[in-house]
Amino acid sequence: MSTPVIEIGGLGYHYPDGTVALEDVDLHIHQGERVALLGPNGAGKTTLILHMNGIYLPQTGTVAVSGYPVTDDNLVDIRRRVGIVFQDPDDQLFMPTVREDVGFGPANLGLTGTDLDDRVNQALAAVEVSDLADRPPNHLSFGQKRRVAIAGVMAMQPEILVLDEPTSNLDPASRKDLTVILDGLEVTQLIVTHDLLYALEVCERSVIIDAGRIVADGTTRDVLGDPELLAEHRLGLPAGLRIEDVATP
Amino acid sequence: MSGSHVHALYRHGGSQLHRAAPQVKIVAAFGLVFVIALTPRTAIWAFAVYGVIVAGLIAVANLSVAFIARRAIVLIPFLVVALLFPIIGSGERVEVFGIPLSEQGLWDMWNVFAKAGLGFLVAVVLAATTAIADLLRGLDALHMPRIVTSIIGFAVRYIDIVGADFARMRVALASRGYQGRSIATWRVYARTVGSVFVRTYERGERVYLAMLSRVYDGTMPSAGAVAVPGAQWAAAAALVGSAALVMVASRGFA
Repeated sequence: MSTPVIEIGGLGYHYPDGTVALEDVDLHIHQGERVALLGPNGAGKTTLILHMNGIYLPQTGTVAVSGYPVTDDNLVDIRRRVGIVFQDPDDQLFMPTVREDVGFGPANLGLTGTDLDDRVNQALAAVEVSDLADRPPNHLSFGQKRRVAIAGVMAMQPEILVLDEPTSNLDPASRKDLTVILDGLEVTQLIVTHDLLYALEVCERSVIIDAGRIVADGTTRDVLGDPELLAEHRLGLPAGLRIEDVATP
Repeated sequence: MSGSHVHALYRHGGSQLHRAAPQVKIVAAFGLVFVIALTPRTAIWAFAVYGVIVAGLIAVANLSVAFIARRAIVLIPFLVVALLFPIIGSGERVEVFGIPLSEQGLWDMWNVFAKAGLGFLVAVVLAATTAIADLLRGLDALHMPRIVTSIIGFAVRYIDIVGADFARMRVALASRGYQGRSIATWRVYARTVGSVFVRTYERGERVYLAMLSRVYDGTMPSAGAVAVPGAQWAAAAALVGSAALVMVASRGFA
């Protein structure tokens, strides 16, 4: 098999006060996969994704991106390859206009002039927000902000797009728009979510993490089709809904 | 979208002032304010000339009197203080409507009214015709250190969000029956302000993480220089230059 985009082996991390955040985590994600990362609050989901782009460095074990180990020396390269879209788009959109914000990453990578403009325009078009380019981010709708945040990461042409709770706080129509847009992006995706139906809709594979450990890794249908497993890890489909009731997309 | 996406200080428009390059407008505005401040207060005719110039700018920018009046609220504290000068001032007294007022204080009051008022109007015209992002671009073109323009940019970007945080907390307090009428209950507001401060600090950390994730290396990327036609600089020089001539003349005659 080809080199995985994300290759995590025996990863462990504990906070300075001794709390274990991650323990012996193994996870491989291959090119073109769409993986849902599920787990209750405080399970270690965010800590895990912050290891993927070197915000946290492994205390034990290894993290490699497309074969390159994540170390202090290659952070720029790693962060170009791993694009993280954070949960609150207001944390991510800090430049005065949408265009400048989407250009922030590529400009840091050294792009200038028409190269930079082209990259920004492509990213804006990919998430269908080209018409917002010259607006300040302050007064965009929440759904628009989230799409612009995704554009800002896509403009770096990452090998894997990591999305932290992409459907949270979206109304059903915006959620649907986002599903279509993400589905159209030809990039490996890791989606952190509590929205199990969304995982079922867009991800063929699901991983459950709880108390810092990977406790399930399989097809989304298998993982979500095990009510005991879900209940044990404080997850569950909406009341009364069984996996058999949900049509496969 | 009804203009809701622009800052309250900015007015949409297509006037020549709207279209002018931001760096030219910034230099011209600072030049005018500088000239006004250097004019002796006794040269009342000079302030009348400045008034005509500023009124011309307002007309060109197509700003309504109502818009300027709403913005003028920020001036009130200064004007109220200035109104006290003739009463508390010392020296020669003159009778105005039967009230003995300090002559020195009256001149001080006029000085604040004329200079603050005209300076305010120049600032309103600049802000109303230049979007915040363009102002920052203009400051960048004038070689204002990138760190300073970044700080201004972040402040503008997040002030509404911090304000909204505070507003939500006030609603939450009111929803649980808080009225906050007596001074003793003000400490609840003090705590609210404290927690808004902590939240904002935490947000700052998250923003910084998001910046690092997009390979921030300590310098903000440049917004790119905008070419300025020479005619714009010439127009700005003519405007500030004519005001400066008035100022020089007023210093000679005063």
